[in-house]
Amino acid sequence: MSTWIAIGVTALGCYAVKLAGLLVPAGALERPLVRRLAALLPAALLAALTAQQTFADGHALVLDARAAGLAAAALALVLRAPFLLVVAAAVVVTAGVRAIGG
Amino acid sequence: MAEQTALADIRAGDRGKPDAAVVRDALGVGVAVGLSGFAFGVTSAGSGLTLPQTCALSLLVFTGASQFALVGALAAGGNPLTAAAGAFFLGVRNAFYGLRLSQLLALPRAVRPFAAQWVIDETAAVSLAQPGRRGARLGFAVTGLSLYVLWNLTTLLGALGAKAIGDTGAWGLDAAGPAVFLALLAPMLRTTTERAVAGLAVLLGLGLLPVLPAGVPVLVAALAAPAVLWAQGRRTSRPDSSAQEEAR
Repeated sequence: MSTWIAIGVTALGCYAVKLAGLLVPAGALERPLVRRLAALLPAALLAALTAQQTFADGHALVLDARAAGLAAAALALVLRAPFLLVVAAAVVVTAGVRAIGG
Repeated sequence: MAEQTALADIRAGDRGKPDAAVVRDALGVGVAVGLSGFAFGVTSAGSGLTLPQTCALSLLVFTGASQFALVGALAAGGNPLTAAAGAFFLGVRNAFYGLRLSQLLALPRAVRPFAAQWVIDETAAVSLAQPGRRGARLGFAVTGLSLYVLWNLTTLLGALGAKAIGDTGAWGLDAAGPAVFLALLAPMLRTTTERAVAGLAVLLGLGLLPVLPAGVPVLVAALAAPAVLWAQGRRTSRPDSSAQEEAR
């Protein structure tokens, strides 16, 4: 039951913030600083999420096979590979490094 | 504003970004990330959630990082409300995407409650990467639909197949998430400002990870955007004083 409570609260909260972003009046965004800020926020969040999901293990920072996978994805991006290939490179290299005991 | 949009559309046409190209980009993201719902289904089932609970998360929450955070916290034996708070904090970033998308997509008010569920990292990244409003709307719709359908389908399959696959880490599936985020981030890093914001966000996100509750470091990392803008503003708003200092 407590799991369902957690799911319900999360679902309501996450939907509410999604909707709130869309419903904020457009006038609030006409100021150049606000527009600039809103454009930069996704870059900050995505960068932090990329780093955390690569180097975080709970509350600890670790260097494991995921780092090799991310490096492969970065290389694929530099070589202008399509999206699926970028993700596949990360998955395959991570699995490969783990298989040889990295 | 409407004229600007029309001009943007014409420019987009000149630069050769036809609808087919937008759909291809959107499907690339939608399919790749949609398939990674498999990893969520496996993780959630492995964390002890039932099949209906796992599927309810993907159907109703539909923002991957929050879903992973919630099942992780529940598996660790966390209080359900604390677990939900961590997932909620991770989902707050979608409000920022919504802020950007509402002006870009210019959706009618009646459509917004339905579009809201699709306001996530991937739809925002694809929409923001399009040069005009038409491309942005098409990118949002195609990414949202393909991702929602596939994410929920693969969540179901992952939960069902959790026992068969064993350790998802051995398959490298935990590297799919960060690779997706990196691929979405890369086109945003065009100027020094954007790179400085991303660099500072990485430092904040990793540096605060050991000391703050799960989900909070990512929110603090968002402050990299106003911090870099503020630092830039200070530098550019005082040309006189710096010139005087140089003269001395």
